[in-house]
Formats: sequence, structure tokens, C-alpha cells
Amino acid sequence: MEVFVEGVGLRGPGLSGWAASHPILAGAVPYVPGELVLPPLDLLPAAERRRTGLPIKLALNAGLEALASSGRPPETLASVFTSSGADGQVIHQICESLAGEDREVSPTRFHNSVHNAPAGYWSIALRSRAASTSLCCFDCCFVAGLLEACAYCITETEPTLLVSYDVPYPEPLNAVRPITGSVGVALLLAPHATSASFARLDVQAEPGARVPTRMQDPALEALRSGNPTGRALPVLGALAEPSATALVLEYLRGRTVTVAVSPC
Amino acid sequence: MKPLTLSAFTLTSSLGVGLRKHAEALTGRRSGLVPCAFESARLDTWVGHVPDEQLTPLPEEMAAADCRNNRLAQLALAQDGFLDAVARARSRYGAHRIGLFLGTSTSGLLHTELAYRHREASTGALPRAFDYAATQNSFSLGRFVQAQLELEGPAVVISTACSSSAKVFGSAARMLAAGLCDAAVVGGADSLCLTTLYGFASLELLSSAPCRPFDSERNGISIGEGAGFALLERGQTPEPAGTLQLLGVGESSDAHHMSTPHPEGAGARAAMQRALSSATLAARDIDYINLHGTATRSNDAAEDKAVYDLFGTGAACSSTKGATGHLLGTSGIAEAIICALAMREQFMPGSANTQRLDPSLRVRYLLGNARQAPMRVMSNSFGFGGSNCSLVFGRAR
Repeated sequence: MEVFVEGVGLRGPGLSGWAASHPILAGAVPYVPGELVLPPLDLLPAAERRRTGLPIKLALNAGLEALASSGRPPETLASVFTSSGADGQVIHQICESLAGEDREVSPTRFHNSVHNAPAGYWSIALRSRAASTSLCCFDCCFVAGLLEACAYCITETEPTLLVSYDVPYPEPLNAVRPITGSVGVALLLAPHATSASFARLDVQAEPGARVPTRMQDPALEALRSGNPTGRALPVLGALAEPSATALVLEYLRGRTVTVAVSPC
Repeated sequence: MKPLTLSAFTLTSSLGVGLRKHAEALTGRRSGLVPCAFESARLDTWVGHVPDEQLTPLPEEMAAADCRNNRLAQLALAQDGFLDAVARARSRYGAHRIGLFLGTSTSGLLHTELAYRHREASTGALPRAFDYAATQNSFSLGRFVQAQLELEGPAVVISTACSSSAKVFGSAARMLAAGLCDAAVVGGADSLCLTTLYGFASLELLSSAPCRPFDSERNGISIGEGAGFALLERGQTPEPAGTLQLLGVGESSDAHHMSTPHPEGAGARAAMQRALSSATLAARDIDYINLHGTATRSNDAAEDKAVYDLFGTGAACSSTKGATGHLLGTSGIAEAIICALAMREQFMPGSANTQRLDPSLRVRYLLGNARQAPMRVMSNSFGFGGSNCSLVFGRAR
């Protein structure tokens, strides 16, 4: 599947936006894992903004950055959201309350517990009635999202926004599902080359397994291997490089997906 | 889109195990709803509960994945020759050419709720045997079914609340069109858990009586559980008479509120319109619409507006949630299969439990069954987050 990248969004520890992180991913500046910085979401009405937790803020920030440079109207843009666990804090609080005597579940907490909560807030914030889906594929959520977004983009011949995000669980779930850092990545994909597109992706899911591409920097590699959305980092690294590269991403049951990246 | 053939399908819910029980219950106008006696829930509501004794443990080699949701999936997969149909598809196409697209809203969350009652006193740790990836994670359903069906193709779980297992048809159709697979297993499983029971109670959306879609006295949903699966393959030309086909998929977002539908049904209308254009059909071509019809005041009113705007009184409509309860993430596949049964058995199901039709609602709503054979049908599924999906199915002449 061949698609064209028009925009990238990135938020993670010490990765404050694609523009700011570009030299880090290109290897020109060393990566220093730092704080996760998220600008306030002015687009959401105040009442809705108060109800949003970290995963929603992270996903929307990454999506908005990818959208910003393209000039695409957001209200007609199809979107694919993907995450291993969505809002673990909300799930933890609900399970704690249900294990106690008083089984009160707050209405806001309940509607934020759905896996597609970020997609719902995205649609409200951008007044978008476009098609949107929300996926889970455990550790392979980014690859699953990439396949879904590319398939949508080429079969509907429409630009498609992919947003992948993963946030650690609080204890005790963190012990059984550890996730390193909070990472949000977004790619705005188009079916044809445009004045906004700067790279071409050729995504192939073939049988058989190859050796997955790793990050050279040990701290970035820790993020790649420890956070399901972190598995997008090799793609972002290649998008930061000016030359053509081929990447191997881990997929299900020992399979891999190859992504050939070339400038355009 | 190019039509796809539904070459095998199966459904399990409180109406029974397998297709035959569903056809009998629907033609006999039986409801599966019972007063809630699920787990330790103390709520004045009714549920569509699959009897616990029917949900047998997973085999030894899959013990880590043993939870109510996967047990329900296991029970459903074993009916109607579905395992054999998938085995034949595997030998025809190769396991790596069959995609798997499943929907769930809560997956094995009940398993986590129960584990939270048995945390280690000093550290707060969950029991050692608790396996997050195989039970709680939304993809645990995908992982389990992929292993059961021995599939090696693309696999994903869609979790968009109550539209989840309707949207699987869209993803499967696109993956087939993009050439990533030659056949697809679609479906879903959602089982009763305390999060949804107490969550919907907190939103004051649970009815204290069996739910009554489109009734003037309707006052909320009844939650149900179930699992359903279908095998989709590319169509033949010409299609043999009687073949059941997926003809169109329409997806949209509401852009309105997280848990309340758009009052004019704007998102729902967009989904239905897109499904019709995806099927290259007009509103007058649709004989029957299986409504989302949850029996909340706001859902039924908004859906009625949207359907009436597009179809007037041309298409017969009903919600089958009075019979099954609201199967949440499974409602999409369950109602798609009910539509397929209606076409195959040549009837249109009426609305169980609805006594007096709300006079302010205007669609042509079926209280009783109609002995007419629908040839083109639509199924609506709308979820939290304003996630809408409409599907169009047909029976080849």
C-alpha cells in the first residue's frame, strides 16, 4: 500500500512536538528523556476539557500537530485511533470502586472508560462527522493502525489521520502490564502526492518474519520496546532522514510488516 | 463497494446457542431478558444473561485466557459448523490470507473487576494468576479467536463502544479491497460485567423493566451479552440465488456529546446515507431496517428523526433489543446476523416487549412479525463517543 505523509505529530518524554524532536530523531541532537509537555487543548469547550484525562490530551495533541502543517479541513478528515489500553487510570478507578462496598461509578468516568473516548473528543473538538475508528492490537497497536489507515486511505481515496497513543497504567495494573513513558504519534496520510506531502510510505504485510528495526540511541530504543506506540519511532526516525530507507516493524504471531520510506 | 458473500455465520445470546434458537425465538416472539441475578450486582434491572453453566472453561493449553468473554466466544464459535467453514477457507486461501476483525467494548474486564477483590493485602498486587494480555486487554478476544481458528492474517480488535462489531465489516471490506487478505472472519463478543451494569446505572439509562424500544413508556436499556461471527468472502458473478451479501457500509461521527446522541440524529443520518451510497442503492430499495433502538428516550427519538428523514415510512423498522437486550460491543454483529436470518427465513422481526408505540415517533415500526421476505436490509449501530455505523445486506435473487 502506497501513501504520502503530509504531517507528523509526536509527544513523549522529552519529545515536545515533531518539529522540536526532528533533530533528535535524525541523530543530530542527543535524546534526553524528560518531562511530557502537553499544550492546553483550547479547541475543546471548557466543560469537555475538564473531563479529559492524559490519554485524551496526548492523542489530541499529536493529532492536531500532524494536521497543522497540511492545511486540510479537519471536519472532513477520516481518522484511525489506536492504543493498547486507552485510559488505564479510569479503568483502575472503576475497578477499585467496584471491588469496594460502595459501587458508585461516576457517569463521566464511565463514558471516558470506552476505548474510543479520544476519538469522541476529537470529533467534538473539531466538529467532525467523518468516519473514525478505534483499534486495539496489544503491543502491535501502531502497526495495526498503520494498516487500517493505509487501507482506508487507498480504498476510499481520502486523506486519513492515524493517531497512536499509549500511557502507563497506575498500580496494580502497571505491574502486570508495564508501559514505558507516555507516547503519542500521529501521521496524516494522503492517497496521492500533494504540495504538503514530503515522504512516500510503501507498507507491505507479507508472511514471514524479519529482524525488527531498532533505535540506535539506547534511551529511544527503551521507549520503542517499552511502549506500544513507541514502535512507531523507527518510522519517525526515517521521516526525519533525507534518504530512502526500509524498516521492519514487529506484527502478530512472529510476522513483520515492512515500511519503505522515501522522500518526495 | 464490491459485494461480499456471508458464507457462514453464527450467533449466541440469551435467546439461545446458535442460529436455530435465534430463528425460533424471533419467529416465536420470545425475549431472553430476565431479572438481573448476574454475579453480585444489586440493581433493579433486567439482563440478557447467557446461563453461566453453558460457559465452560477454556482448554488447558489456553487456561491463561480463561475468562467469561473468551468462554462466550468459544461457545459461539463451536456452533453452526462455523469452525469447519473457517477450516475450509483456510485450506482454500491459506491461514495467512484470512483476516480477523472483531469488536468488543469491555473484553475480559469482568476478570479484572474480580481480580481487584483479591489484591494482596500489604502490596495491593493483583493475584499471580491474573493474565492481563490474555483477558483484560481489548485484543485478548482477537488473540484467543486467532488461536482457535488458526488464522495468521491481519488481525485487530475494534473498540468503539456499541458500534464496535458493526464497524468490523468496514475494516474487513477495505482490507479485502486493498489486497491484504482474500477472506475475513468478522464478529465480536461482549459479556456482562459490573462496569457496564453500574456505569449505565450511573447514567440513569437502565430500565427497571425489560426494555421497550420505541414504546411511549420506554425508560432505558436492558444490557445483554453475546457473541457472533461471520465469514466474508469475495462474491461470484453471477451470485447464486439466495446468497446473502454485505452490500454497503457507512461510518460517521456525531461531533456532539460523549454519551448522548445528536438530538436530530445528524451523525446517524450521515452513516445511513453513506451506507446507501456505498451499496449504490436508494432509500426506497431498503425493505427492513434493524434499528439501534436501545429504548432510551433520547436514542429512539434521534434515530426516528434520522430514519424518517431518509426513508419516510417506506421501510419497515424494528429494534430486536427487546428480545436480546443491548449487546453493547456485540450488537453490531448480532443484529447483522438477525438481518441475515430475516432474509433467509423470509420474515421481518417485530419488537419484543414494546406495548404502545410512542405516537411522536414517525417511522413504520413493526410491533409484530411481518411474513414478508426482505431482500435488502439495513442494520444500525450507534455508540458512545458518537460512533455510528450502518450496514446494508441483501439476498441475491
